[in-house]
Amino acid sequence: MVEIRNLHKSFEGQQVLRGVNLQVTRGEILVIIGRSGEGKSVLLKHLMGLLKPDEGQILIDGVEITRLRGREFDQLRQRFGVVFQGGALFDSLTAFENVAFPLREKTRLPEEAIRERVLTLLKQVGLSDMGHKYPAEVSGGMRKRVALARALTMEPQIVLFDEPTTGLDPIMVNAIHRLILDLHRRVGFTAVLVSHEIPEIFGIADRVAMLHQGVVVEAGPPEAIQFSTNPVVRQFITGDPEGPIQPD
Amino acid sequence: MKILGLLGRWFLNSLRDGGRMVIFLSSAVIWMFLSPLKWRRMIARIHFIGAKSLLVIVLTGGFTGMVLALQVFYTLRKFGSEAFLGPAVALSLVRELGPVLCALMVTGRAGSALTAEIGIMRITEQIDALQAMALEPMRYLIVPTILAGLIAFPLLTAIFDLVGIYGGYLVGVQLLGVGEGTYFGQMETYVGLRDITQGILKSLSFGLLMTWVCCYKGFHAGYGAEGVSRATTEAVVLSSVLILVWDYFLGSVLLVI
Repeated sequence: MVEIRNLHKSFEGQQVLRGVNLQVTRGEILVIIGRSGEGKSVLLKHLMGLLKPDEGQILIDGVEITRLRGREFDQLRQRFGVVFQGGALFDSLTAFENVAFPLREKTRLPEEAIRERVLTLLKQVGLSDMGHKYPAEVSGGMRKRVALARALTMEPQIVLFDEPTTGLDPIMVNAIHRLILDLHRRVGFTAVLVSHEIPEIFGIADRVAMLHQGVVVEAGPPEAIQFSTNPVVRQFITGDPEGPIQPD
Repeated sequence: MKILGLLGRWFLNSLRDGGRMVIFLSSAVIWMFLSPLKWRRMIARIHFIGAKSLLVIVLTGGFTGMVLALQVFYTLRKFGSEAFLGPAVALSLVRELGPVLCALMVTGRAGSALTAEIGIMRITEQIDALQAMALEPMRYLIVPTILAGLIAFPLLTAIFDLVGIYGGYLVGVQLLGVGEGTYFGQMETYVGLRDITQGILKSLSFGLLMTWVCCYKGFHAGYGAEGVSRATTEAVVLSSVLILVWDYFLGSVLLVI
């Protein structure tokens, strides 16, 4: 479904992605792991179309998206839902209004239909009675769940999660993972998830890819990554300070 | 040699930033005509820039008129021309002080807040979220703000002028004894539509300058609280300086034509 070919990106001379190659199959949950600053979020932003690569291609169902512009690109973007690291909820809108926002702006649905859809989504993420709250009035975990509901509003085929559990306590991390898994089973979207949560992500991933020094060093099923013989992958998973990855 | 290098770098950076600002404004202008206006957002922005600045505008306008009347009265008295107090106060306010002081006050109150708001939206990825939803931030954030500036600034300036003239009346007529008829009568004779049009033109251009600079700085704010804080300071300083510089050049042109 998604194919990333030889993706390169640098910022002010600093090379972040040095030829990323990765495939995402329809309906799977792919988790991208790697140290902070290795370009995981940069890779996601390329998929969202927020960044243009210096070199390389991204194909979605065979269509090269890095060259798309205007309406064509907007149509493609509507196939994506995005859960940002901090939620990226609009401060001036309530949880309900945040979830309703894409529907109000991108569709001509009557208000009653919008209301019904938003209430269903809020119920799915366990926030039925929190619709009237503003982002500043709810906890970090609730913000992530509202963000997840908003990402699913337009029934996307692909959902991108940028560290959806960062800053949450272990119980909430597992609750969010379970929610993603549950919604994935029910809705059937393809998910690309960037995360640091090891070993928790092995419980939800269909495949795991490790990004290191701007390239994917290994990708495969969770069991293969967990028992990988690659010293870089092993060190990252065990969190050993000694090894080929040097702490900053 | 090193100083020359630094100067060259500063010049090139300024040129690059200037170019980016022009592209930003051009893009906003294109979006003004490309898509339907977000009316609700624009009205909210007018409320924020305009209605919420009323108190500060009334206060500064009133006291500017009062101090102007006080100073001008004693200067005119030296030449036995106290009768011209009304036109002197009104012309100074309508042509120069009203648009400039009003713009500077609104920049301090609303411009800084606009930059901070857009900057926080940038660093918390709310602008990225808009783009990810295939919604254009220019249309949602920038166009309504610039149009609101163009509407609110002339209105605020008119209020500033009016309150200033009344402040001048309080000091000139009620305190210093200039005749009421003289104060307003001479004003009617000497203040023409052309003077008022000049003031409105200035306030329109200041509204555009302030919203343009503040939106641009917020939209390109750096990372974290420090980035937003720097963007806010730069926005207020640059807007204020540009308002004063532009006032001189526009004023010169308007006097000649």
